[in-house]
Amino acid sequence: MAVDTRVGQTIKHHDEEYKVIGTRPIRHDGLEKVTGEARYGSDINLPGQLHGKVLRSPHAHARIVSIDTSRAEALDGVRAVITSAAFPDPGDKLTGGGEAPGLPLKFKSANMLARGKVHYHGHAIAAVAAANPHVAAEALKLIDVEYEVLDPVLEVWDAMKSDAPVIIEDLYTARADGTTAEEPSNVAAEMLYEVGDVDAGFAEADLVVDREFTFGVVHQGYIETHNATAHWLKDGHLHVWCSSQGAFTIRQELADLLDHPITKIHVVPMEIGGGFGGKTTAYLEPLAALLSRQTGHPIKMAMDRADVLKATGPTPGGYVRVKLGVTNDGMITAGYANLAFDAGGYPGSVVGAGCRCVFAPYNMPNAKVEGFDVVVNKPKTHAYRAPGATHAEFASETVVDEICRTLDIDPVEFRLKNSAKEGDWQLAMPPYPRIGHIECMEAARDSAQWQTPLETAPGKKRGRGIASGFWFNIGFTSSVTAKLNSDGSVTLLEGSTDIGGTRTSIAMQFAETLGISVEDVDPIVADTDSVGQTDVTGGSRVTFATGLAAHNAANDMKDQIVEGLADLWDVAADSISHADGTFSANGKSATVGEAAGLLEEEGVFPIGKNTVTPTREGGAFAVHIADVEVDEETGKVEVLRYTAVQDAGVAIYPPYVEGQMQGGVVQGVGWALNEEYVYDDDGHLLNASLLDYRMPTALDVPNIETIIVEVPNPGHPYGVRGVGEVPIVPPPAAMANAIHDATGVRMSHLPMSPARVQAALAAEA
Amino acid sequence: MATEIQSGKVHVQTTINGESVDFLAEPRESLLEVLRDNLGLTGAKEGCNNGNCGACNVVMDGVLVNSCCVLSVEAAGASIETIEGVASPEGLHPLQQSFLENAALQCGVCTPGFIVAAKALLEENPDPTEYEVRWWLAGNLCRCTGYDKIVRAVLDAAERMRAEA
Repeated sequence: MAVDTRVGQTIKHHDEEYKVIGTRPIRHDGLEKVTGEARYGSDINLPGQLHGKVLRSPHAHARIVSIDTSRAEALDGVRAVITSAAFPDPGDKLTGGGEAPGLPLKFKSANMLARGKVHYHGHAIAAVAAANPHVAAEALKLIDVEYEVLDPVLEVWDAMKSDAPVIIEDLYTARADGTTAEEPSNVAAEMLYEVGDVDAGFAEADLVVDREFTFGVVHQGYIETHNATAHWLKDGHLHVWCSSQGAFTIRQELADLLDHPITKIHVVPMEIGGGFGGKTTAYLEPLAALLSRQTGHPIKMAMDRADVLKATGPTPGGYVRVKLGVTNDGMITAGYANLAFDAGGYPGSVVGAGCRCVFAPYNMPNAKVEGFDVVVNKPKTHAYRAPGATHAEFASETVVDEICRTLDIDPVEFRLKNSAKEGDWQLAMPPYPRIGHIECMEAARDSAQWQTPLETAPGKKRGRGIASGFWFNIGFTSSVTAKLNSDGSVTLLEGSTDIGGTRTSIAMQFAETLGISVEDVDPIVADTDSVGQTDVTGGSRVTFATGLAAHNAANDMKDQIVEGLADLWDVAADSISHADGTFSANGKSATVGEAAGLLEEEGVFPIGKNTVTPTREGGAFAVHIADVEVDEETGKVEVLRYTAVQDAGVAIYPPYVEGQMQGGVVQGVGWALNEEYVYDDDGHLLNASLLDYRMPTALDVPNIETIIVEVPNPGHPYGVRGVGEVPIVPPPAAMANAIHDATGVRMSHLPMSPARVQAALAAEA
Repeated sequence: MATEIQSGKVHVQTTINGESVDFLAEPRESLLEVLRDNLGLTGAKEGCNNGNCGACNVVMDGVLVNSCCVLSVEAAGASIETIEGVASPEGLHPLQQSFLENAALQCGVCTPGFIVAAKALLEENPDPTEYEVRWWLAGNLCRCTGYDKIVRAVLDAAERMRAEA
């Protein structure tokens, strides 16, 4: 049955009717993005600007014996060369705001430019400013670095051995019990989450399945490479234009790394060409700032694709073990998981988030989860869309599928029976509020794909898989300032970088609350001097938190309009009612536009504003169904059909909710089937190009059918749950379960590349 | 025409979006660099600089090319169409309108390349199948949308253009 995903299916579990929310306007920034006029970070050029380039380590693990920059400095056109000596000593300070505050600043500083030692292939060593990018590139070749090459450690299971080379000599494990290890090692941190009595739970089980899984490193793969332009004025004011998920985060990092007053740092968020968690931290900005201070000129820097793959923050590879106990009638009695993730060259992986998500779709009375953050000779890893959850739930959802097969229980029925629901325990979090896992599972069961038997084809191995996914979502801080113009239109300043239509999803909530059309709201992503504190575009938080700030700002504006009209009409403010964008009292009435005109004559110009740090994110569930065909000869897996079901709370801007679902699925399919960093034994990254790190093309995937489920989040006035991240979580497990259905083979490594599937088929035969 | 001058730069005369254009370029500079940095036509984007992502797509003498893989001196005497020339003073191209209405963009950085590539497709094949659209656009990477809405937008635009033809 053909399904038109241009307007996908929506299943509502509420009776709310809205005027603006749930409609499909054209996004405010769409025009300039289809004409090429939108200005991304690399699209600006300042008068007098110079160009910066970065020298990177050819080794994965080495001591820097000496750096001689004199030949580079002598090259015609070169204006400055800096090494880590240009950075202030970070001492024992900790990092400030951002996505992972509280880590030692010395690690972040040394990741900007290596300090004494290189920790991974591609680690930045020095930066050059020159008249043009080609001269800067030539100058890099004239920097003489002497290295003492050390043995690298690339995988967590090797790095955790007691005789492994220790990458950071003064790194002592922060243990789960609050103590610190006495001997240095590569394990930066251990964590433990526990509920109930896990031993007793396993003792009650009739069946225990215990499996191990491993993961390659994957990159977020945004199409725009990292870039930054900085201008350090002689009075200490530092202006930065960048492509980042969080301008305020970049400002904080610059203040920390450069030991510079935050009031003197002004960060302008340019349009951003994708981020997915990989653009939450500084790489080039501090280098451009230091080179600008040294030369007195604006400095523009941009990575090439090899730099991006080698030296930004991909998401970890690693290890996950999942053990589940069930009774013969299919009730889960206990779960145990052990996760060890690559932090990369410095501490701080996303393993904690993985621990919190691994069993999240299920009501599990007894569970224990251990996590390990492990330093290895790879780039410092970062978030990638529901960071850690995809690894964790690939493992747990594969084990659930194996249990269903062994006990001959329908995988939908098993999940419905064991599903987490409102009030159930959540690992390391308060009990669940109203959530929509059951509603998603029912929608998947009733979907066109699940109800249509898989079409067999002679000589073809075809299979169907299903998997659940959870991501907890994040609140953080957001600000909105909205100005009422005299014609009744509103200029809305917000601080959230717009990566996928959030200007409009924020403006729609403002319009709904004030009772105006979304076309009468002009949303602007403002710089750090022009709007209140706003944290990164991450954690699926923008439509939830910045949308809430917009709703609150609209109410603030409404109150100011009411006060103004009360004076004008000589009535009590509380006698003025507001409905459908019209204010009324005592037989008088005015639309927002009329009110704006009346107030202007009185010299009143309402400005609604709000800063909010909401904590009731609500959590997001998704259920995906994959039909695949496995080529037995080559091991290649083709996706035949795919349905994504997701609880969006309330979908504010449905076409872009569908877009998040479809985009997340295809990233997940790439992760499932193909994407992986390939290293040689010496730790050199061998596939640092988009030809060799191959992401899905239009030809690799089918249309993605979407079903939006609306179970409103009680923690938001319009019921919003974040939607951006959870759709990447189920695809690898859904694909693995489909591959098993097709071939009888269980895959235990991501990606399930043709070579690995072929090897698994050969081993089975 | 391309004439080498004393600075080591080359004087190139070309046609971009129907207008005669002159520029000076170093022989090693790519067409993408010159478009973006010398001529201010920043709609074409650098995503990989080695022909693997299509974000820098332009049409040169009727052929869809990755401008990162064309030397700027090769533009001499050629006729080049960039994203900046796709809309007309009368309004958007049907593909641009269709991308907006079908929500076929998210971050937008790959969008100019997709529109230039899709326009080249529809000029060659006004009535493509879904498979033909996917095959043609396989040289353009999008990491946000999963391609679904892009493919639908191209098919939708093709239908509109056939109706208007």
